[in-house]
Amino acid sequence: MLGEGIIQGLVETARNFFGSYVEKDRLTTVQYPEERHTLPEASRNFPFLLYDGTDPEAGLRCVACQICEKECPPRCIHIEKSKDKKPDFVGKQQAYPVVFDIDVAVCMSCQICVEVCPFDAIRMDKEFELSTSNRFGGLLWTKKELAKPNEYYRKIHPVEAAETDERREQELAAAQAKAAAAEAARAAQTSASATPGEASGNGASAPPAKTVVPQ
Amino acid sequence: MSGPVVDDPIAVKPIAGPGEIMEVSMGPHHPSTHGVFRMDVRLDGERVVRLKPVFGYLHRNHEKIAEHGAYLASIPYTDRLDYLCSMTNNWGYVLAVEKLAGIAVPERAEYIRVIVGELTRFQNHAGLIGFLLQDMGASGTPLMYAFREREKILDLFEALSGARMMCNYMRFGGVRVDCSAEWLDEVRQLVGRLPRFLDEFESLLRANEILMARTQGVGVLPRELAISAGVTGPLLRASGVNYDIRKVDKYGIYDRFDFRVPLGDHGDVYDRYMVRLLELREMLKILEQALRDIPEGPVMDPKTRLRGLRPKAGEAYGRIESPKGELGFFLISDGTGNPYRYRVRPPSMINLTILEDMCLGQNIADVVIILGSVDIVLGEVDR
Amino acid sequence: MALPSPEEIKTLLETGVPGLRVTVLANGSPSAQHSLLIDREHGCAAAEFLRDHAELRLDFCSNVTGVDWPDTETTEKVKVKKVVTGADGVEQEQEVEETRKTKVPGYLEAVYHLFSMTQKHGPVVVRMRTANRTDDTHLPSLTPVWRSAEFQEREAFDLFGIVFDGHPDLRRILMWDGFVDYPMRKDYVPPADDILITGVKA
Repeated sequence: MLGEGIIQGLVETARNFFGSYVEKDRLTTVQYPEERHTLPEASRNFPFLLYDGTDPEAGLRCVACQICEKECPPRCIHIEKSKDKKPDFVGKQQAYPVVFDIDVAVCMSCQICVEVCPFDAIRMDKEFELSTSNRFGGLLWTKKELAKPNEYYRKIHPVEAAETDERREQELAAAQAKAAAAEAARAAQTSASATPGEASGNGASAPPAKTVVPQ
Repeated sequence: MSGPVVDDPIAVKPIAGPGEIMEVSMGPHHPSTHGVFRMDVRLDGERVVRLKPVFGYLHRNHEKIAEHGAYLASIPYTDRLDYLCSMTNNWGYVLAVEKLAGIAVPERAEYIRVIVGELTRFQNHAGLIGFLLQDMGASGTPLMYAFREREKILDLFEALSGARMMCNYMRFGGVRVDCSAEWLDEVRQLVGRLPRFLDEFESLLRANEILMARTQGVGVLPRELAISAGVTGPLLRASGVNYDIRKVDKYGIYDRFDFRVPLGDHGDVYDRYMVRLLELREMLKILEQALRDIPEGPVMDPKTRLRGLRPKAGEAYGRIESPKGELGFFLISDGTGNPYRYRVRPPSMINLTILEDMCLGQNIADVVIILGSVDIVLGEVDR
Repeated sequence: MALPSPEEIKTLLETGVPGLRVTVLANGSPSAQHSLLIDREHGCAAAEFLRDHAELRLDFCSNVTGVDWPDTETTEKVKVKKVVTGADGVEQEQEVEETRKTKVPGYLEAVYHLFSMTQKHGPVVVRMRTANRTDDTHLPSLTPVWRSAEFQEREAFDLFGIVFDGHPDLRRILMWDGFVDYPMRKDYVPPADDILITGVKA
């Protein structure tokens, strides 16, 4: 019968219309902004820098190795390395970024900076309601705007952050154990070198320090 | 510049007398062109006598960008080729790099690739059918039903890779992160629900008299022309050519799955619509098998260097069956950290070669649905 | 049916197309997709032969693209005998070391990846090279043999500047019509600012 197909289609439309009142599967939208979907753990938007403790300057994990700057596909990261050094979380002297800018107008949220970072210093944020009235300065995020505490990271990516924290604790423990061992060895060595007539082979009996001629 | 000078693009002769040819510029801001795409159409009455596709409005020289970047840095750019199917674009590229550098992929990663690849194909085909019906005048309803299911697939992609559309998920030597057991359960549940959606989607319009009148016998693409013009994907199979790269190349682990390749008979718009509808069912079969068989194990080849990959000098052409057709990547390495030559074989662009042949002699109103049935994404056409 | 090896295809081609010169170019990567370099004078005949040969049946030309190989310069040190006038005014034959620069002219290359839809095999990679990169950048168009080359050859013309003789509609395809220069060439210098310059460059 002519028109049978159209009637069949209208039945489907009616089924979906009334079904959307009762079935969750047929109504997937929510009334944003009053209602919101929860974002999944892996969700990502723009990068931010992590710091430990409370001081964003002293606790910043970034050591300005500039790997992310080189690997960033659209080259939206700009880093200037410091001349001096500060201790990192295990006490090792490391450089830090004097300037760390991300041009979020260029950033394409690909997460490659996070993947290549060997210091767990950069992570992806979930914040997506971003807008600015300033087209140029407002979209260039500096170190101050990028630095966020580890607690924030724990809040937005709990599983990932727990893994990172655990790994860093192990690293710290290993570094402390190593330092303690080195300390013990040095103590043993000083007592050993105090014994006359015995010279230890490595470093302790180094040639006398060269006279430094001031230039 | 050699070659004939193109006609003035804005020239529209408003009034054509009897027997006169009228020139109409459809696009680049025409709602049916699926992006910034223009068709330079000459009309005799309502009949098309010439049609020249004009594109390049979205050209950003993707290939040059990739030649300046490292191998890893190109993966997020491939997301933006056919921006509806970022997973399959990633796959095509990493497959080419794997061929170039001889990288092995762990089994679990291959299964995950198949799962996300078929989900991508599903959402692309469902969306395309929605758009095609919208072009025919079924305003909104089928498209919204398709987008409702697409939304669920995109949510799964976000949970897996972090982004809904620009997934940047695959890496040469595997995939970036492993999927959790909960994620796989969610996919299983979704795959279990999709057949009901397909039944509804089919009965919504399959027997619709208007649809049949608009599509049957319209935009016929003969088999020989389709082969010669290098048309691939559902467009080719609707013309009756049995050529599916998943079956021919058996790339990845596609030889392990039992699925059929739907073929058309007449090569008209209706066949292309039906071939895609039938393919949706076959995808579900592949998904069910992949979800049943997925093994435990690593998802990345531990020997692969992602950063600073330097393949030996040489070249490789890798191709996959993307939802649009054959997506190929041709790479030449000169032994350095970035490719010497990087080429994308865009299925959408090459499928447009025969647009004029399909439209000649048709009514201007049918041009819209013929273009819709080709399935183009301008991000890929223009690169 | 298994695809014949590149050497076998070379033999087939050379017997099938009289006068054709084929070189097999080895590919160093693990993909082992070796290619066949054919001379441009017999390009069309060779393409037709590949398409129509009963065993090969390469009816599907999948990918067409250009590759730019710029001019290279090799420097070598050679010892030459030269007559040198010494400080005392006496002419003397001496061996002098000289650096000699040899300029190897570059070329543009068109690469065709051929498959067979009937036999379901491939790829066969076919290459053709232009004489140089400046004034003789002509290659025969293979669009009459495979329609799929139509847009892709236009693209190679647009981005590399390879002129395909016999192409039915050789115009710019991705860049706009007034654009000069070929952006995919290795020596292309993009304009200094990001502002789109329409029309012809000065």
